[in-house]
Amino acid sequence: MEILKIENLWLEVEGKQLLKGLNLVVHEGEKTVLLGPNGSGKSTLLYTLMGFPNYKPKSGKIIFKGQDITNLPMHERVKLGMGLAFQNPPAIRGIKLSEMLQVCRKDISVEETATIAKLLNMEGFLDRDVNLNFSGGEAKRAELLQILAQKPEFVMFDEPDSGVDIENVELIGKQIEAFLSNHSGIVITHQGYILNFIKAARACILYDGNIICSGNPLDILEDIRVRGYEQCVKCNLRKRDE
Amino acid sequence: MVEENIKDINELSPEILDRAALTGIDPQEKERSGTFFQLNNSVICSRSKQEGIEALDLETALKKYDGLKEYYWKAVDPNKDEYTKMVKDAPPKGYFFRSLPGVETIFPLQSCLFMEQKGIIQKVHNIIIAEEGSHLHIITGCTVSPKAQGSMHIGISEFFVKKNASITFTMIHNWAEEVEARPRSVAYVEEGGTFINNYICMRPVKMLQLYPTVHLIGKGARTVGSSVILGKKNSVIDAGFRAILKAEGTSAESIARVVAEDESKIYSRGHMVGEVPNVKAHLECRGLVLSPKAYIYAVPELEAKQVNLEMSHEAAVGKIAEKEILYLMSRGLSEEEATSAIIRGFLKVDLTGLPPKLQAEVKALTEKELKNAL
Ligand SMILES: Nc1ncnc2c1ncn2[C@@H]1O[C@H](COP(=O)(O)OP(=O)(O)OP(=O)(O)O)[C@@H](O)[C@H]1O
Ligand SMILES: [Mg+2]
Repeated sequence: MEILKIENLWLEVEGKQLLKGLNLVVHEGEKTVLLGPNGSGKSTLLYTLMGFPNYKPKSGKIIFKGQDITNLPMHERVKLGMGLAFQNPPAIRGIKLSEMLQVCRKDISVEETATIAKLLNMEGFLDRDVNLNFSGGEAKRAELLQILAQKPEFVMFDEPDSGVDIENVELIGKQIEAFLSNHSGIVITHQGYILNFIKAARACILYDGNIICSGNPLDILEDIRVRGYEQCVKCNLRKRDE
Repeated sequence: MVEENIKDINELSPEILDRAALTGIDPQEKERSGTFFQLNNSVICSRSKQEGIEALDLETALKKYDGLKEYYWKAVDPNKDEYTKMVKDAPPKGYFFRSLPGVETIFPLQSCLFMEQKGIIQKVHNIIIAEEGSHLHIITGCTVSPKAQGSMHIGISEFFVKKNASITFTMIHNWAEEVEARPRSVAYVEEGGTFINNYICMRPVKMLQLYPTVHLIGKGARTVGSSVILGKKNSVIDAGFRAILKAEGTSAESIARVVAEDESKIYSRGHMVGEVPNVKAHLECRGLVLSPKAYIYAVPELEAKQVNLEMSHEAAVGKIAEKEILYLMSRGLSEEEATSAIIRGFLKVDLTGLPPKLQAEVKALTEKELKNAL
C-alpha cells in the first residue's frame, strides 16, 4: 500500500524553481532516505508535503493515504497523520517543551511524558521554553521527543543527525529506527552515519528539483562519497528503480 | 443598593463579588490575611486577621496615628498633577496596611477598589508600611461594574519599606472601555529592603496611566517591577516603572511584556537613574504588535550619574514570528490557536518574590483573564 504518492510536483518559491515535476512514492511501513546537496530543495520538499502556506505547488498532486491533500491546510494534514521534525526549529518564549508535547498530543499523560523524555535524556528540558538556548543536539532530541509524543503515521525527519555528537546520533538513530519499525517516513541526512542505526531499504537523491536516483542507501552514499553529486547526475546505473 | 449601608464584603451583590473575583478577591478570605474593600468612594470593610498585620481604612489610621506625619503625602507630592490634587482635596479614603517589625503575612492581604457608578471619580489614597524585618504581601484588584461608564479611578499609593523588610505588591486591573485609571505610586526602600511590584492588565480601558517610582535609599535595597499588559480595542495605555538608585549596592530591574491588539496604543516606559557607584539596573521590554492599527512605543531610559555602575536595557518590539506559528501548526494547531498560544506564552512572566501559592493563584488568574481576552 502506498502511504504517500507525489505526482509531477512543481514548486516555485520567491521566483525560484525548486521542484520540477517531482515524483515519489513511499509505501506503508517504508523508510526512505533523502539525500541531496545543500540547497537542492530537500527541506523545501518536506515543507511542501507538510502544507506550509508559502510552499504551495504550482501543479502536481500529493496523495496521502489515498486522499488528495495538495490543497489541505497544515493542521488537517497533521490530523491525517503527518509529522515533521524540523532541521532548525524556532524557539518560542513562554511555551515549555512539556507544553509542546501536549500540543502534539492533547491527552498525553505525565507518566508517558516522563518515559519518553527519559528515553532521550531530555528530562531536564521539559520545563524549559522550547528550543530557547537549546544546543544544536538538544534541539534535535527535542524534535524527536515531540514526534514520539505525536506518533504520526508518516513522519519526516529533516537532518535529525546534523550537529549531533556520535553518541547522541546513536541514541537518536536507534529511537528513530524503533519508531519507524511500525510507522513510515522520510529521513534526510548528509553524513549517513545515522544509517548505521536506521535500517532503510532505499535512498533517493534530490537534485535540480527532481529525484535523479534511488537505490540502496549505503551504496548510494558510497557513490556520492567517491564521485560526488555531479557525477551521480551523469551516472545511469541506478536511475529510478521503481 | 445604598453603599453607605453595606457593612461587610459579604453583603455586596454577587455581580460585584464575581467581578472582584477576577482580580483575585476572595470574599471568604480563605487564604488571605485581611481585606480592604472600597466601593466607589465608600469603604465597605477594612480588617486584618493576623496579629502584627494592620489593615485600617486611611481615615481611621490618620486619627489613630496623629495624622501619620512621617508618611502621609511624604512619598507622593500632593501637587504633582491635577489628579493627585483631586485626591488631596477629597476626604481621605483608601487603606493603611502595615506589618509590624519582624512579622510576615502568612497569606497576602487583599484589597479591592471597585467602581459601579456611572461617571464617578473614585479617589483612593493608600499608605503601606513594612516595618523593620517584616514581610508584607498584598494582592490588589481594581475593577468596575458595567454600570460605571465614564468613570475614573485615581489611586495614590505611598510605600515605605524599612530596613531588611519587603513588600510584594501585585496589582490586577480589570477595567472597561469607558473607564480611565490613573494610579500614582511611589516607594521608599531602606537598607536591605525589597520592593516588588507586579502589574497585570488585560482588559480594554479608555486611558490608563501609571508610572510607579521606587527610591532605593538604603544600602543593598532592591526592586523588581514586572508588568504584563494586553492592549485591546481603543485602549490607550501609558505604563512605566522608574527606579532611582541612591545608595551603594542597590539594584533595580524592570520587566515588561506588552501586546497591542486592535487599535490600542501602548507606551511602555522604563527609567533607571544611577546616582551612586556600584549599583545595578536593568530594563527589559518586549512588545508584540498584532494589528496594523495597533501601536507600541517603548521608551527605555538609563541615566548614569557616576562611573562604575552597571545599567543595561533590552527592548524588542515586533510582530509574531511567522516561523513560530508554522511550527505550532505543524504540530496540529490551527493558525488562530497557534497565534493565541504564542501570545499566551509571550505574556507569561514569572512574577518574582511571591509565595508559591500566591504565585500559582496569580498565574491561574492571568491565564483566565487571557482566555477571556483572546
Ligand atoms: N522561502 C524561501 N525564500 C527564498 N529562498 C528559499 C526559500 N525556501 C527555500 N529557498 C531556497 O531554496 C533552496 C532549497 O532550500 P532547502 O532549504 O530546501 O535546501 P536543502 O536541500 O534542505 O539544503 P540543506 O542541505 O542545506 O538543508 C535554497 O537555495 C534556498 O535558499
Ligand atoms: Mg534542509
